[in-house]
Amino acid sequence: MIKFNNVTHFYNTGQNHKITSLSGINMEIQEGDFVAIIGANGSGKSTLAKHINGFLLPGSGDVYVDGFNTKDIESIWNIRKKVGMVFQNPDNQLIATTVEDDIAFGLENIGIEEEEMKRRVDWALNIAELNVLRTSEPHLLSGGQKQRVVIAGALAMHTTYLVLDEPTSMLDPKGRKNILEIIKTLNEEKGITIIYITQFMSEAAQFKKIFVMDKGKIVLTGSPKSVFSQADLLMNLGLEVPQITQLARKLAENGLEIPSNIITEEEMVEYLCLYI
Amino acid sequence: MPFETEALKNINLEIDKGEFVGIIGHTGCGKTTLLQLLNGLLKPTKGQILIDNIDIHQDKRKLREVRKKIGLSFQYPEAQFFEETISKEIAFGPNNMGVTGKELDERIQKSLKMVDMDYHCYKDRSPFTLSGGEMRRLAIASILAIEPEVVVLDEPTASLDPQSCSKILSVIVNLHQKYSKTIIMVSHNMEIMAELAKRIIVMEKGKVIMDDTPRNIFQYSIEKLENIGLSLPPVTYTMYKLKKIGKPISSGILTVEEAKDEILKLARSIKRK
Amino acid sequence: MMFFRSITIGQYIYRNSIIHRLDPRVKIFVVILIITSVFLINSWIGFFLIGLYLFTNIYLSKVHPKYVLKGIRPLIFIIAFTLLIHFFTTPGEVIYHIWILNITREGIQRGLFIAVRLFYLILSTSWLTLTTSPIALTDGIERILSFLKIIRIPAHEIAMMMTIALRFIPTLMEETEKIIKAQMARGADFESGNIVKRIQNFLPIIIPLFVSAFHRADELSIAMEARCYRGGEGRTHYRQLLITKVDYIFMIVTLLILILSYL
Repeated sequence: MIKFNNVTHFYNTGQNHKITSLSGINMEIQEGDFVAIIGANGSGKSTLAKHINGFLLPGSGDVYVDGFNTKDIESIWNIRKKVGMVFQNPDNQLIATTVEDDIAFGLENIGIEEEEMKRRVDWALNIAELNVLRTSEPHLLSGGQKQRVVIAGALAMHTTYLVLDEPTSMLDPKGRKNILEIIKTLNEEKGITIIYITQFMSEAAQFKKIFVMDKGKIVLTGSPKSVFSQADLLMNLGLEVPQITQLARKLAENGLEIPSNIITEEEMVEYLCLYI
Repeated sequence: MPFETEALKNINLEIDKGEFVGIIGHTGCGKTTLLQLLNGLLKPTKGQILIDNIDIHQDKRKLREVRKKIGLSFQYPEAQFFEETISKEIAFGPNNMGVTGKELDERIQKSLKMVDMDYHCYKDRSPFTLSGGEMRRLAIASILAIEPEVVVLDEPTASLDPQSCSKILSVIVNLHQKYSKTIIMVSHNMEIMAELAKRIIVMEKGKVIMDDTPRNIFQYSIEKLENIGLSLPPVTYTMYKLKKIGKPISSGILTVEEAKDEILKLARSIKRK
Repeated sequence: MMFFRSITIGQYIYRNSIIHRLDPRVKIFVVILIITSVFLINSWIGFFLIGLYLFTNIYLSKVHPKYVLKGIRPLIFIIAFTLLIHFFTTPGEVIYHIWILNITREGIQRGLFIAVRLFYLILSTSWLTLTTSPIALTDGIERILSFLKIIRIPAHEIAMMMTIALRFIPTLMEETEKIIKAQMARGADFESGNIVKRIQNFLPIIIPLFVSAFHRADELSIAMEARCYRGGEGRTHYRQLLITKVDYIFMIVTLLILILSYL
């Protein structure tokens, strides 16, 4: 379990000037969860992500990962083993000169023995569907493939939690779809907890639970259905509302009895069949 | 060259003054190559590129004239910034073209205005202190300062947040309508294309496979688009699905507004019966 | 303007050969031995033996000799130049006289020796880089240097720097090309003007490149730390290096030939 206990975080900008980037965050993420965190630019979502693996430490309050406090220097490497991170720019996360060497990088760092390392690299290559690219050089891969290598690198560490900070924002639609499919399978089949940070509602809609952030606070929590029913609030926060939800709201305003939190095309078709 | 491949095959295109053309296709379909051919950064192995009826590679010295006419903004254009201040950054282009003094200053002011940035507020700031969306707009301004007739944009909204994204789009619409620039834009985002472009060119494996108005494409070529794995704007897709299951709805719907009107019209007429 | 169209790092050519399978440490060690002995040897028989040995190695590696010779081409001028310098500047028995210059017997001998030495130097290093992948080379250097850790040589850090450089050179090359094109689209001219102008012209390329490289370094260090990187201590290696019987035989044969050629 990941637990945020009244976490506040400041950035010091010098001369007694502090910017609060997180304030009073209380949050619990259970093992096996499939959650999205959404918020506009500067809402604090990336700061929050960096608190999970102890890259940033709370100014006040505590963050616990499986009972380990991120402030505890002794347990920090334990926490980083448990929490895999995927960042936005796929180019700046790959270290080694081939795919397999990169996947092994984390394992080398924590001193895994040779035999075990080979096994884990093979296993991770398989899950991330990278077998054919095993010996490829990173700069020849597409953006989506690079992100898959990063994910595989985290998997090889046997992470419990995978935190993805806007992993698809630099990818094309194909790569985007592919990454979302992969993390869905990881969650369903391997039970890996997914914490997915995004600005896009259409992506967040595919998760089981959504945290909405604004100005360093969590302002809304719930299932996509319950979150999307507050489309006005979301728009005010500067978030994009999916086209289908926009359509549903407009129809409801014009007297059609249609719930305003419809997200997918299929649902929309189903509802519309009642009227036309 | 060992890795030479055919990026484009036998492309025939004509773009008129004042058009708003959207180009879509998967990564590697040849979009970027096409854009670079347009302003002479690449030379066609075979064939010609004519701008105002003049072959752009006919005379090497003419290439600069071409680049004056066609402003190309690359993907992530903020990666080209190198000056200390925003006004110097914008001055780079016109300076290279030999513009100086008062005219240069006027151009800086004008291009900032065109991207909706306040001259006095921004001119002395460093380009590197701007937000992602502002950087993108500054990059466009630095192209506008060479006063091109045609503005070519490669994925202008890539990895921007929703707010900056709509800001950029309104700037682009303005360039087309208010400043009557010809716009050629590449984007993966079908919703944007459906709403803004007046003509859509679909590319696949180095070929132009469709070239029509968005309405015609989203009305008659939906299967073809699906076959090459390009997604449709969600409302367009919904209306298409409804039509497919036999509802008397017109397909080729491009925006939320159109969809709403169409559904309401239909719902009312059914109620009346 | 020349653009870096295809980028290959190093000149490694994959073949399935005994030489390719040799331990990189052995190959590095052997090359160091050859280079030192080439400068100690002073007899034509010695040079002949080493040449025979080097060409056998190239033959065994199944890499076409044209790749090896390609590495020599850019240095032919230097070799020829040193050859001539020695011809004319070595004192001794004059055998030919042109204008104010004297060619001596000793000069010819010395010049040829130096030329052959340089030739062998390039030959052996090309042989190493052609048959050893950059990764293996990095690993080999790290292990060899780790013996020198006692005298505070940061072996792991050097190897990590090499790895990151190998990883990012292609990326930065691509980036450079993109920046050049973006500036050309803004009317920049990189082809004309005098030297001062040309150097000035490079600022719009260099500065964005630096900005991006720093940015990348920043993000990379975060990614590395997130993956539990904390220096070389306690690290294991994915690629195991194993010295086999073949490696020992190769070493012994090499040593024998080097000793023979010295005698």
